[in-house]
Parts: sequence; C-alpha cells; structure tokens
Amino acid sequence: MVQLALPKNSRVQKGKHHAAPAGATKVKTFKIYRYDPEGTENPRWDTYDVDLEACGPMVLDVLIHIKNDIDPTLAFRRSCREGVCGSCAMNIGGRNTLACTHGHAEVPGKDCQISPLPHMPVIKDLIPDMSMFYAQYASIEPWLHTTTPEPQTEWRQSPEDREKLDGLYECILCACCSTSCPSYWWNGDKYLGPAALLHAYRWLIDSRDEATGDRLDELEDPFKLYRCHTIMNCAQVCPKGLNPAKAIGEIKKMLVDRVV
Amino acid sequence: MANYQFIDHKFDVVVVGAGGSGLRAALGCAQAGLKTACISKVFPTRSHTVAAQGGISASLGNMGEDDWRWHMYDTVKGSDWLGDQDAIEYLCRNAPAAVYELEHWGVPFSRTSEGKIYQRAFGGMTKNFGEAPIQRTCAAADRTGHAMLHTMYGQSLAHDTEFFIEYFALDLIMDEGVCRGVTAWKLDDGTLHRFQAQQVILATGGYGRAYFSATSAHTCTGDGGGMALRAGLPLQDMEFVQFHPTGIYGAGCLITEGARGEGGYLTNSEGERFMERYAPSVKDLAPRDMVSRAMTIEIREGRGVGPKKDHIFLHLDHLDPKMLAERLPGISESAKIFAGVDVTKEPIPVLPTVHYNMGGIPTNFYSEVVTRLGDDPDKVVPGLMAVGEAACVSVHGANRLGSNSLIDLVVFGRSAALRCADTIKAGATQPELKPAMTDGHLARFDKFRNASGGTTTASLRLEMQKAMQEDAAVFRTTDSLASGVERLAAVHAKRPDLKVSDRGMIWNTDLLETLEFDNLVGQAITTVAGAFNRTESRGAHAHEDFPDRNDETWMKHTLTWFDDATGKVAIDYRPVHSYTLTNDIAYIPPKARVY
Repeated sequence: MVQLALPKNSRVQKGKHHAAPAGATKVKTFKIYRYDPEGTENPRWDTYDVDLEACGPMVLDVLIHIKNDIDPTLAFRRSCREGVCGSCAMNIGGRNTLACTHGHAEVPGKDCQISPLPHMPVIKDLIPDMSMFYAQYASIEPWLHTTTPEPQTEWRQSPEDREKLDGLYECILCACCSTSCPSYWWNGDKYLGPAALLHAYRWLIDSRDEATGDRLDELEDPFKLYRCHTIMNCAQVCPKGLNPAKAIGEIKKMLVDRVV
Repeated sequence: MANYQFIDHKFDVVVVGAGGSGLRAALGCAQAGLKTACISKVFPTRSHTVAAQGGISASLGNMGEDDWRWHMYDTVKGSDWLGDQDAIEYLCRNAPAAVYELEHWGVPFSRTSEGKIYQRAFGGMTKNFGEAPIQRTCAAADRTGHAMLHTMYGQSLAHDTEFFIEYFALDLIMDEGVCRGVTAWKLDDGTLHRFQAQQVILATGGYGRAYFSATSAHTCTGDGGGMALRAGLPLQDMEFVQFHPTGIYGAGCLITEGARGEGGYLTNSEGERFMERYAPSVKDLAPRDMVSRAMTIEIREGRGVGPKKDHIFLHLDHLDPKMLAERLPGISESAKIFAGVDVTKEPIPVLPTVHYNMGGIPTNFYSEVVTRLGDDPDKVVPGLMAVGEAACVSVHGANRLGSNSLIDLVVFGRSAALRCADTIKAGATQPELKPAMTDGHLARFDKFRNASGGTTTASLRLEMQKAMQEDAAVFRTTDSLASGVERLAAVHAKRPDLKVSDRGMIWNTDLLETLEFDNLVGQAITTVAGAFNRTESRGAHAHEDFPDRNDETWMKHTLTWFDDATGKVAIDYRPVHSYTLTNDIAYIPPKARVY
C-alpha cells in the first residue's frame, strides 16, 4: 500500500527555542533543521531569535553567529564564504542556495527556515551525504580524453571554441540544482541529474576532447539523460547563474544530430 | 579516557590535503605506481586553491618574448632576497612544462587570437631583469584556481589515487625522528584511523585564519603546521605574512591583482593615483607588500576614502565592459554581492587583507622536510614532505609575487612525487606501529572532546585573531609586537579553560573547530615571536623601528620551535642558499629593491 505519511522516526518535531538577548532591536527568527545521528530522538526544528545587528548580511553570517555565540553544537559545512567552493549549499526559505552569498534580507517573510539540501540522506543537522552526487559526477569521466599524441606546448583552441565552455566550467558542484530537481528526487539513483550532465556537456563541447562518440554512447540511456523533463528548477536555483537544463538540451540535440 | 580504536590502513604514500599541491603530488605518486592515499577534511574541489583568481605564472612567452631567467630574477627580487635561489631556479625553469601539463589535462585557459594560453600582467613580473612589466600570468578568466582544481580532481579520478574525504588529520606518527604516518578522524561516522606510509606529504595550506580578516577560507587553519610543531619540528620564516592590497572592504573577499593587471588602478580621497609616487616605473603593478604599505600610509595620512576615511578605491570603471565580462567576471560578481558595486560604473572599496603565508614547514627543492640539527642546517626529516602554502621551500622568501603560488603548487607537488618515485619501493615492508606512538594523539583528541571549562572556542579564537590583526599587521613596531607576544601568551594560557559543548563523534564541528584553533595558536605565536625577533624590515615584514633591510645580520631564515605545554618559542636560523641549481644562471646578488 502507498505510504502517504513519513515514517514515525523521521517526523520532524518541535525543538528548542533560543530567545534573543535582552536589548536586541532587530530580531529575525531562524528555524533550523536539527538531527543528531548519535542520539535516539527524531529530527527537530530549533528556533533561534537572532539579533541581526550582531551579524553580517549573509545567511552564513547568521549561522556562524549562532554557532559562535548561541549554540556551538549546530553543524554545517562552510569554507570559502565567497560563493566559489560550494560547501554551504542548503535550503533557505524554501530555495536551494549558498548560505554565503544569500543575504538574510532576501529571504521573504518574518521567519527564515533552513534545512539541508532536499532528498539527500542527512548525516547531521544541515550536512547531507553527497556520496551519490559525487559518484555520478565521477561517472561522466570529467577529464580530457585524447588519443592524438600531445603537443610540446599547449593544444591550440580558438577564443570562439573556448567561449563554448563559458557557462559550464564555472560549476562549483554545490548540488543546489540536482537536489531541486523533482526528476532527480524520484530517480536519483539512475538519473545523473543536472550537475553531472552539465559537466558531461562541458567535456563534450571542448574542442580539445576526442571522445565525443564514447561520451554520447554512455549518456544514451532512458534514465541517465532522458529523465530530464525540462522542469528547469536547476536553472532557477543555480547560485552561479548557470543553466544546466540548456546543457542537457544540447546533449539531446547532439544525440539526435548523430543519427539524422 | 574513552576506549578509542583505530582502523588501520597501509600505503606507500599518504598525502594530507587535496588542494592544488596535494592533488598534484598524489597524482604523480599514483602515476609512479605507488599505492597512494589522499586524505582531506573537505571534498577536493572545496579546497582553498579553488579561490585563486588571477592566474599561474610561467614564462611561456605567448604575449611576447619571455625567459625563465627573467621570471627567476623577478621572484628573487620579489622575495627581497630571502628566497633560496636553487629552489627559485627549479620553480621558474619547470614552470612552463607544468602549465602545459595542466592544459593537457583540460584546464580551460583563456586564449589568445592564435589559440595559445592567454597571459596577463601581474605585480612584480617584468621583462629583461626589471625593465618593464610583462604578461607572464596564465589565466582562465579570473577563475584560474577553480579551473585548475576541478581539472586536477577530474584527472585524479582517471588515476589510482584512493581518496579519504572529510577525514580530519590529527597528528603525525613519529618514531624517533622518522615520520611513519598520520592519524585521522573520519567525520561522517566518527571513527578514528591510522594511516601508515613510507612517506607522508603535508599539503594542508596556510593559516590565514589566525587573523581576524583574511581572504582565506574558514578552513585555512594550517593543520599541517600545527602537526609539525607538535611533532617537535620547526617552522620557518613565520613572520612573513602577505597582505593582499585588494580585499573587499568589510567582507575581506579577494579582488584579484589581475584587476590591476588588466588596467585597474587605485585612488585615494583626493582622486590621486598614488602608486605613481611609490613605484614610478611599475605603479599599480608593484609587488603586494609595497602596494599594501602604500595604501596603509595613504589611509594613515588622512587620504583614505569613505565616511571613516579608512579604505581605498580600486577603479575598473574606465575599462571596456566587454573586457570586464570576459576577463574579470568573477570579481565583478563578488564586488556586486559583497560591496554592492557595479564595477563598470563605480570603484570597489578595498583594504589590504591577510592573504598568504610565506612561512611554513621548511623543505628543500625535493619537497623533503628539513630541520636544523647541530651544524647541519639542511637535515632531512625522514618520511616527511611538505608542499604548497604549508611548506616554505623557500621560493617566496619575504614576499610572494602574485601568480607564483599556483605555479609553486604544481611544480613542487610534482617534485615531491618524483622524489617519492626515486626513493620509495612500492609495497616495501614497513615497521610495526606501536601504541606509544599515537597515545598522545588520542589524549589530545579526548582532552578537547571533553573540554569543560568556561571559555568557548569561538571567543578564544576571536581573542587570538584580534591580537594578530592589531599587533602583527602591515606595519609592525617593537611595541606592537611585544604586545602581540603578550596577548598570544594570554590566549595560550586560557587554552586549558576551553569549553566544547558537543560531545559526539560524528560531524562534531564544535570539536573540529577547537582542534583547528589549537593548530592555529602555535602558528600565531611563532609568527609574532619571529616578527619580534627580526629587527629589520624585509618584504612583508615592515618594522617601523628598523625600517631598513639588514643583509649582514638578517639574510637568514628564522626557525621557530614551539613548546605546546609552556607556550615557549625557541629560535634558530638557516642560511639563505647563496647558490643556484645549475650554471645556466648565476647567483643574483642583493641590491636595493626599487620598482
């Protein structure tokens, strides 16, 4: 029978409330998903009333403020804090994005809800298990394939050919796109998802790569590629402004072109 | 103490860190048929190499004549003659091959109209031994580090490197002066691991987060340096900390020097291009230490911009918007997000910001860790190597030139792998590890895990960062450094009072940050101790009470040992190598450093 409710042990419960310090003037409430893998309790929503005067403009600044000054047990990934490493991807106010480049003022409403990237196993608090995502990235063989002997200096590539890589190579593997894709939620084990496919296209279109045919053979599969139904959530959420859906469309066109 | 059990692994080589140098070293070892592990506390493409923007230097000559000797001259002069010239020769003559290798792996370099790798101008890079600026820095727009790191990780997937991702290295396994491996904590399941290897390569990056404001990522906590100090090894030239002239005011995020390489310039509150006064020949393309000092002087003398007159403007608004979109898209985006500035219309507010550690674990040009033992200043520590920002080869000396760090990563990552291939036999028998070698690692881990004092890690870390920021800044004085020594001693003294709230083993980031803080403290203390001790000005170490370079007394590397229990620092020296690697170039003797 179809199960329509979450199993009991994964229902998110009401958690702790941390009130704002006395005298705080500009308070916003952050409702944050918490899960302790070493405890016996269900996940919970903790709420933190944060004095925005005490922290910087980004959601990551708020999280760091909470960790430093309110609750050191809160766990999340972060590194570069400037939108290039892709560590702090999470769901903020219902939207997948990077905490470090997303201003808390941009989150609509009085409260701001923060949870891990959707449809990934949660290890702890805001930290999802990304193993499957990384394995899918590795499966597209993200390196240059050549058979011609290497030149003494660089492979020549015209500025026009190089320009074809723009909008692709900038991907930071944050997984905002893949984890916002309903098709990936449904078939995440077999559908490669927008991020891996964007990378697949990055190598397909590189004028230096000599394995186009093999790469296309690998992708010609009802699940790996064709589970993209142009829902376009990927392009909507990409924090780097890339368009994985377009790249997927281009791969489909290449597959058509080689048979007609 | 809890009963901790290690899970054991045996490899020929274990690389700690998966940034540019770690990946290059691991790749080379795997290619040489050595069983290689690469352990990293972050997924490889999240290492801080990803944030490098402007480019990687190599005398390819794609934009006009160039010569590795010119590159070498610039690097020696940039280092204010503290760099070891044998290592600098090794770097510069191997640079072009290293860049071609990256290109062959697939790095999406920007291109010239002939289809060659595009090169841009960078600070201190000149032609014909200092004559005029040259375009030597190979660029992939302003995302060169990102392009390199992703390509190198992809290339690693094509080889047999075994990755251990989100493992935090705890300590070096030392056996009577020989390194036998490293212990690590696996974050996602809380298990502890013992990695045994014939050679450990530390590629753990810099310790920028010892300061309050840095372009460095939160994860730049110099874990390898911390491990080396606890293993009783010295760090070298720690007093030399590079301030990048153009960190975004407030946020501290980096704006590449390539912005000036492409024609950007700095102005003060009078709208004056003040760098013309400080470096008449190369102006805004002077080396970073000089530009940072000039900016600081302008601000001090009341010519800073903004309501508090406390920063400087970087102008790109006179440049062609099409060029900005093509060559500098990343910093255009950063300026928008973090300063609210449209670079095509307004200047970017900037301030010198901590960026790079010239100092680190001393090595020779084979990347083998060295220490001073009696009269031998180049005693190799068996089983241990260091590469990248964690190491001090020393090619950067007292001041690194922009774009020389990315080339350092791949040239010395490669040299470490070549040395491993030459000196290690794959699968050779390794001696048995004894519990006594790792008991201290567990005791330290357990102590912090159960720390129940009254001082949070965040508050003590902030105290350290403020002291470093205020007392070991662009300009230092005897008084400021004495204050720094005292304030950091106070931080060290409060360490037993630390409080960790999370007692778990899985992704306990409270404990992780505490272990990282502990790694930072020793390096912060050796930094101020080295700076207080060096009574001259050289490169990035600008001492106002001793404003001149003093080659007679101070043309030598500082070595600092740290006693973790007492917080005391011991100081000794290594001579700067006054010879080159081959007869292809003669030793470049010191002279006044003017641009």
